[in-house]
Amino acid sequence: MSAFEPGQELPELTVTPDRYLTVRYAGASGDFNPIHIDEEFAKQVGLPGRILHGLWTMAQVARAQTEAAGGPHTLQRLSVGFRGMGVLEQEIVVTSKVRAVDEDGTVHVDTEATQAGTTIVRRGDAELRP
Amino acid sequence: MSDAVGKAYPPTLYAVGREKIKEYARATGETDPLHLDHEAARAAGYADLVAPPMFAVVYCGPAMGPAYFDPDLQIDFARLVHGGQEFKWGPLVLAGDEITTVVSVTSIDERAGNGFFTFESVSTNHDGHTVSVGTWTNVVRA
Repeated sequence: MSAFEPGQELPELTVTPDRYLTVRYAGASGDFNPIHIDEEFAKQVGLPGRILHGLWTMAQVARAQTEAAGGPHTLQRLSVGFRGMGVLEQEIVVTSKVRAVDEDGTVHVDTEATQAGTTIVRRGDAELRP
Repeated sequence: MSDAVGKAYPPTLYAVGREKIKEYARATGETDPLHLDHEAARAAGYADLVAPPMFAVVYCGPAMGPAYFDPDLQIDFARLVHGGQEFKWGPLVLAGDEITTVVSVTSIDERAGNGFFTFESVSTNHDGHTVSVGTWTNVVRA
């Protein structure tokens, strides 16, 4: 991998969750909260419809880091805040920017995910060992 | 309720399966063959298929349930929001690993009428290495 430098932007990751994504992710993750898979239930509790699992969206932020840094072994730490809600069938963009690089090569990255101009993952803070 | 700070729940054991890793990798859009093709993973020097880092949510799942549903905490699910999440990772998790996870309550606070519940998960592989430490921050809105 090429060296990382403060201020450098990592490649953007874009992904559009299809209509049945939350059903597949519920099965894959074991999180069957009906707000993610049942349109009527979601509306009954005041949501616009089924919403994305926050941890799926965090997984997209994680994937942006591992793809940029050269594999799953590079990701040492990731913390995020969730805000608002992600929805199906609208593109999500993950952006990442190197904040600092330590003497030992640890790369600190600021990252977030937005959808239709709304930040749905904020204050993402990743540590990479490329 | 704040008496529950420090409370730990019984350890859970999760056996990591190849097909479960593939299912999770596909659902999260992974294209790296390390997560999808065990022969590619072996060719890259791993003993078996490699779990993506966020697969931590899968092997932690059975350990988190008793915390969220603990009657001592009285979490109101209708108002529950996942506020934030952190993982620190150790060695990669591979198919065939057995992961033990212990969850504890690290803090309970109230600010502006909102309740904040933070759990910590510590997951260890069969060799005794810590593969991840998770901090799960939940908000019960006023």
